[in-house]
Amino acid sequence: MKIHKYDTVIVGAGGAGMRAAIEATKRSRTAVLTKLYPTRSHTGAAQGGMAAALANVEDDNWEWHTFDTIKGGDYLVDQDAAEILAKEAIDAVLDLEKMGLPFNRTPEGNIDQRRFGGHSRNHGEAPVRRSCYAADRTGHMILQTLYQNCVKEGVEFFNEFYVLDQIMVEVDGVRRSAGVVAYELATGELHIFQAKAVIYASGGSGKYFKVTSNAHTLTGDGQAACFRRGLPLEDMEFFQFHPTGIWRMGILLTEGARGEGGILRNKDGERFMEKYAPVMKDLASRDVVSRSIYTEIREGRGCGPAGDHVYLDLTHLPPEQLDAKLPDITEFARTYLGIEPYTDPIPIQPTAHYNMGGIPTNVTGEVLADNTTVVPGLYAAGEVACVSVHGANRLGTNSLLDINVFGRRSGIAAAEYAANHDFVELPENPEAFVVGQVERLLASTGKERVAALRTELQETMDANVMVFRTEQTIKTAVERIGELRERFKNVAVQDKGKRFNTDMLEAIELGNLLDLAEVMAVSALARKESRGGHYREDFPNRDDVNFMRHTMAYREVGDDGVESIRLDYKPVVQTRYQPMERKY
Amino acid sequence: MATPTMDRVEEGSAASTHLLTVTFRIRRFNPEVSDEAWWQDFQLEIDPKERVLDGLHKIKWDVDGTLTFRRSCAHGVCGSDAMRINGKNRLACKTLIKDIVSLDKSGNVSKPITIEAIKGMTVLKDLVVDMDPFFQAYRDVMPFLVAKGNEPTRERYQSAEDRARFDDTTKCILCAACTSSCPVFWNDGQYFGPAAIVNAHRFIFDSRDDAGEQRLEILNDRDGVWRCRTTFNCTDACPRGIEVTKAIQEVKRALITRRF
Repeated sequence: MKIHKYDTVIVGAGGAGMRAAIEATKRSRTAVLTKLYPTRSHTGAAQGGMAAALANVEDDNWEWHTFDTIKGGDYLVDQDAAEILAKEAIDAVLDLEKMGLPFNRTPEGNIDQRRFGGHSRNHGEAPVRRSCYAADRTGHMILQTLYQNCVKEGVEFFNEFYVLDQIMVEVDGVRRSAGVVAYELATGELHIFQAKAVIYASGGSGKYFKVTSNAHTLTGDGQAACFRRGLPLEDMEFFQFHPTGIWRMGILLTEGARGEGGILRNKDGERFMEKYAPVMKDLASRDVVSRSIYTEIREGRGCGPAGDHVYLDLTHLPPEQLDAKLPDITEFARTYLGIEPYTDPIPIQPTAHYNMGGIPTNVTGEVLADNTTVVPGLYAAGEVACVSVHGANRLGTNSLLDINVFGRRSGIAAAEYAANHDFVELPENPEAFVVGQVERLLASTGKERVAALRTELQETMDANVMVFRTEQTIKTAVERIGELRERFKNVAVQDKGKRFNTDMLEAIELGNLLDLAEVMAVSALARKESRGGHYREDFPNRDDVNFMRHTMAYREVGDDGVESIRLDYKPVVQTRYQPMERKY
Repeated sequence: MATPTMDRVEEGSAASTHLLTVTFRIRRFNPEVSDEAWWQDFQLEIDPKERVLDGLHKIKWDVDGTLTFRRSCAHGVCGSDAMRINGKNRLACKTLIKDIVSLDKSGNVSKPITIEAIKGMTVLKDLVVDMDPFFQAYRDVMPFLVAKGNEPTRERYQSAEDRARFDDTTKCILCAACTSSCPVFWNDGQYFGPAAIVNAHRFIFDSRDDAGEQRLEILNDRDGVWRCRTTFNCTDACPRGIEVTKAIQEVKRALITRRF
């Protein structure tokens, strides 16, 4: 086992991690630990753009963006954080441009902008062009540009290092972060990274769903590591289902397709979004569009022999526009469906996309141990975190924004913290938990297989806690997840080696998914209202009196060793916006 | 909307419930087990519209957990799963079985699908290769914007035309399919290789950049662009459709004319 010492350690090398690394490396001795090579992160799969009220093509300002974000999040957004997001968006985009990001341009040579769901002029009057983009590969460009600048700044990466545990130490009655334990994929060796400051930027956990836009590797490792160490997870019941995933595969087709004029149609060819969102139509917020699609399907207006999908129609758009603005998604349709989007509509269905919830932080990225107490030396940014700027439903293009604004903030804050604090002394055997976990998996002769359990988990989640939920379905999910967690104790892997043992790591990832799925279901069961991405058919209305508050879930272990989840609540930060009925 | 010509899709998917029995012949290597690499056959039932990556997962998840490969996004944007499939470099997640399987007259599979690690790089285990030298070559070409003078308060201007000039090479996902398909690179790992040159091209032809001369000098080296023998393997291999050979030629031309 090796022990490393760094001022700042960043877990994850997607957009948030690398944006943080660029700042932290300038200010402190920094290491980035990433389970994938840096440019493999799922930031690269983001397509449509990054919101900022540049007003390059039409009237816009950051206050409208703030309002749209809060309304889009169904008033569960912390309004101070949304204001920071919208205000700092402008510099975040300009910073990326200066770093070299090849944005699409207007005829005048400015950054071009396009429409996106939920972004409006003057508090909901009409769609506004706010999304700064690079064709339909904005995430790819952000990821590449940030990596390029990490190379420029000499950021130190530890590639294919899996962080499996967060080291917490109590000093003077305060629980602090002392570092992390990482597993080196190439060798199977464990590494302790002692760090004055740790930033989690390890992404979401969408792989507990079956139909998902998420990468295989999005298994919530950072959330699970913190949760296991007694830190809370906020608003985990809020998961976004993106309206347009490729039918059955879940591969994302950007909302930018509708921003460019694409239309959703049912089996009768009807533009059904006119019924559900008369003003914003196909560009209503994602939760609204996803529910509308499933309503069409449930009422028998879905397409295909099984009536289980609808169409994304781009056929009325000129081929040149598709080639210039949507080259990747049109190619996905050709590659995976054998469909020519110039002439044929694309079959789509909602796909599990994004964790609105996560590790609670304040606006500087500091992780919270409860509703108010900061964990010294611990930070989080990006999808792993919950600031909360997305509330109950994130607007499209606000996540590429989130990773840049809060990645930067946490990178600066962590490095400054490191400059003013000493290392926290490591506990005895900080690796003990991970050693036990690895040894148990390698020695297990149990009969359960990772793939089978994971499939059952994903089918359970799709069937019970997707777009529509009821007390009954959520209870079923809680019960099934509990059974799967029991069976997971008997899971065995075939690869017993030390070298690139991805078989064993998939088992560890499944354990993380099971923990987080349970948090989601338990949080969803208690929220007896409908808000944003969390829709309860048995409680179809928003209930601001009882539920305009964030869920805070804690893992507790009783004296008998039995684990349970305790729920608490945290008030929403409200500044100038009063909750209103949400119409698009 | 076009009349549901979509029926073609539904029919296609109905037909695809017909599974093919395919043999994946995979080049295995694990120094914990043996110093020698070996070929291993796996038979599987697979929907021809599934990806090669789906087949690899079926093997790993249901048959042999020791089979090792990299993957993440599973739809051709992260660049993790470049491998040599039937002798050609491709992404496993962007290659459908139906597009590479050989069928006899009666529609039965006539040949195995061979899968091996990309060439010219050290194999570490099964389909996993050492990517560090590849990323080192990338880092060596200064793959970042260098702009002199004062920073503007707003964005730098760039005409749509200037932006289009280097669009093709911005698509690179660093999967190494091009570099590991290049016969020059196979013989001499010191050659920068197509991917590094593509990423140099992306900045040399960016109107906002001021370090083109420096990058050209780096590529003027004995291991630089002049090693390219224009075999077009790289262009064929690129899963993003980048005209790699053309980009390399443009860099060569810029070296001669010093105009870019």
